[in-house]
Amino acid sequence: MKDLLAEIWESIRRNKLRTALTGFAVAWGIFMLIVLLGAGNGLMNAFNQQGEQFASNTMVVYGGVTSQPANGYEAGRYIQLNNNDISITQSALFSENVDEVGATMYSGPYVLVLNGRHVSTYLVGCYPNMKNMNKIELICGRFINPLDMQMERKSLVLSASHASQLLNGGEDYESLLGKSVSFGGNSWMVVGVYKTDKSAQRVEEYVPMPTLQVLTNELNRVGQINFSFHGLATEEDNNQFEARYRAAINKAHKAAPDDQSSIWIWNRFTQNMQMNKGTSILRKALWVLGILTLIGGIVGVSNIMLITVKERTREFGVRKAIGASPWEIMKLILAESVSITAFFGYVGMFLGMVACEVMKMTVGQSSVEFFGESIRLFVNPTVGLDVAIGVTIVLVIAGTLAGLSPAMKAAKIRPIQALNET
Amino acid sequence: MLIELHNIHKTYDNGQPLHVLKGIDLGIEQGEFVSIMGASGSGKSTLLNILGILDNYDEGEYWLDGKLIKNLSEKEAAHYRNQMIGFVFQSFNLINFKTAVENVELPLYYQGFGRKKRNELAMRYLEHFGLAEWATHYPNELSGGQKQRVAIARALITNPRILLADEPTGALDSKTSVEVMNLLTDLNRTEKVTIIVVTHESGVANCTDKIIHIKDGIIGETTMNEQHKASVFGTSTIMK
Ligand SMILES: Nc1ncnc2c1ncn2[C@@H]1O[C@H](COP(=O)(O)OP(=O)(O)OP(=O)(O)O)[C@@H](O)[C@H]1O
Ligand SMILES: [Mg+2]
Repeated sequence: MKDLLAEIWESIRRNKLRTALTGFAVAWGIFMLIVLLGAGNGLMNAFNQQGEQFASNTMVVYGGVTSQPANGYEAGRYIQLNNNDISITQSALFSENVDEVGATMYSGPYVLVLNGRHVSTYLVGCYPNMKNMNKIELICGRFINPLDMQMERKSLVLSASHASQLLNGGEDYESLLGKSVSFGGNSWMVVGVYKTDKSAQRVEEYVPMPTLQVLTNELNRVGQINFSFHGLATEEDNNQFEARYRAAINKAHKAAPDDQSSIWIWNRFTQNMQMNKGTSILRKALWVLGILTLIGGIVGVSNIMLITVKERTREFGVRKAIGASPWEIMKLILAESVSITAFFGYVGMFLGMVACEVMKMTVGQSSVEFFGESIRLFVNPTVGLDVAIGVTIVLVIAGTLAGLSPAMKAAKIRPIQALNET
Repeated sequence: MLIELHNIHKTYDNGQPLHVLKGIDLGIEQGEFVSIMGASGSGKSTLLNILGILDNYDEGEYWLDGKLIKNLSEKEAAHYRNQMIGFVFQSFNLINFKTAVENVELPLYYQGFGRKKRNELAMRYLEHFGLAEWATHYPNELSGGQKQRVAIARALITNPRILLADEPTGALDSKTSVEVMNLLTDLNRTEKVTIIVVTHESGVANCTDKIIHIKDGIIGETTMNEQHKASVFGTSTIMK
């Protein structure tokens, strides 16, 4: 082994420039592979983080505008969701798949006053299921409960960021529970405070939807209907369910049953499915791209090894004449090829990982404003240990492949021909 | 018999077939010191390469130490070359990026010897040939005679049954040629190495005990030369 390494080192030492140039091609290939995979991971992590804000097996339904005339109405009619639509969703028609049904409506802005301090905010009228739908975490107190709904209580769940503006110095969130907040001439009771993320979305307060309908005097207005579901495993199942659901709601609003724009259905489950499909395609594409770049490097190494074999024909002939077996000769070339590939590959991998860290510290920290929400485009754009191991395997295979044809050529050298060469 | 050739034929076919060896019959005993002479192109090197298992033959049989050398795989051929045969070339064929001692070691490497043992043995051979102080020099720092002595050391280090030399003095001046031939003679006398030398210098042939003449691809006359009086130029010189 030591002797083999000495032989390789000797050969590389004699061809420094040539080795460095081809080595660069390999290093570049691996560098690109790592950086591409890192960037891809960053994108996917950002996607996933975005998706994690919501429960995944849920649908959200919004009112839309009709696209077909139906039942004596022209196309282009605005469809407003109402309490009846909630009932339809809860009905036996869909109970096989639908679990918990809820709805929301927005209203505002209002100025909340407490402790003589005030903040301006929007209210979200919602059902108790909102807590699970949007993965709301309470710091203290409770969320809207069925009793709030039933009795149309003036209960209020404050956001932490607004709560902190209403706090007296030295007091904690807990002290707000049970206090009354006034706005619009009404007095509401704080029942809970929920956690808000600094980078996250616009901040709002939650109240029971029936209470908000009364307050705004819009007893039959519903902004969105949302529900969790089960038993819809495939995209096909989901599409069928959505079509059935759409037909039922459309019928209630006297729109054509197959009108696609009368209501909008946002299915987070199929959306995730598509996103996962997308990310796996992206990941594969990145590997293919990286490997193509790497193949350039391999061809380079293969070429340099071919030149080496040609130059060393006579030497190999001598070695054979004094007893080297074909395998001994092949070993020389293969080991040299794998060494060059692996060494420069690791250099490339190291530099690629450094580049990923730089990405992490720069674009990985920044976020863009998108419809009022700040979104991070890159989250932790680095590669893991699994990739490092994968790359090692790829490098050894690549080096072997690169050396294979030159090595076989070297092994086939007939000593007598080699020795006759001048 | 160490070497037995029966009706060996060899034809080169590079577009036009060239029948070089046309039925060679030859026997060489253990410990003989033989030279092969003949005109240029008569097939001397071809014959020696077949003896050294560097080349194959088309017809006949070649027995080496009781083994039939025919249709060997490259691996087997390499093994026999390594174990039984030492080869010395006219143009030395040293590996020029290896030092003298590294060159001499190489056959032992292919026998699987460790680094230390190889080095020890190689140094002993170099010392024996008066080359100890040149051990760490590269071939291009050595004279022709020194190079040929290194090559002979390399050929002998595995203790081969036969030493084959194709015009070993071809690239040397007459004084150095005498030195090299004396060295071969000495090896034959004291170590009992079987030596076959191809040459077209009668002075070189005169150093050997038996001169085999090859003509038109077959063995012509064989001269016994125990008295070493075959050279027209005298017994102890090699005319160039
Ligand atoms: N590889 C080869 N392919 C084709 N012809 C060859 C080959 N090697 C030798 N020959 C031819 O075979 C004949 C015998 O060659 P060989 O080398 O055996 O002669 P030789 O007796 O050693 O001559 P010299 O004294 O010049 O070295 C020559 O005519 C030569 O041209
Ligand atoms: Mg010749």
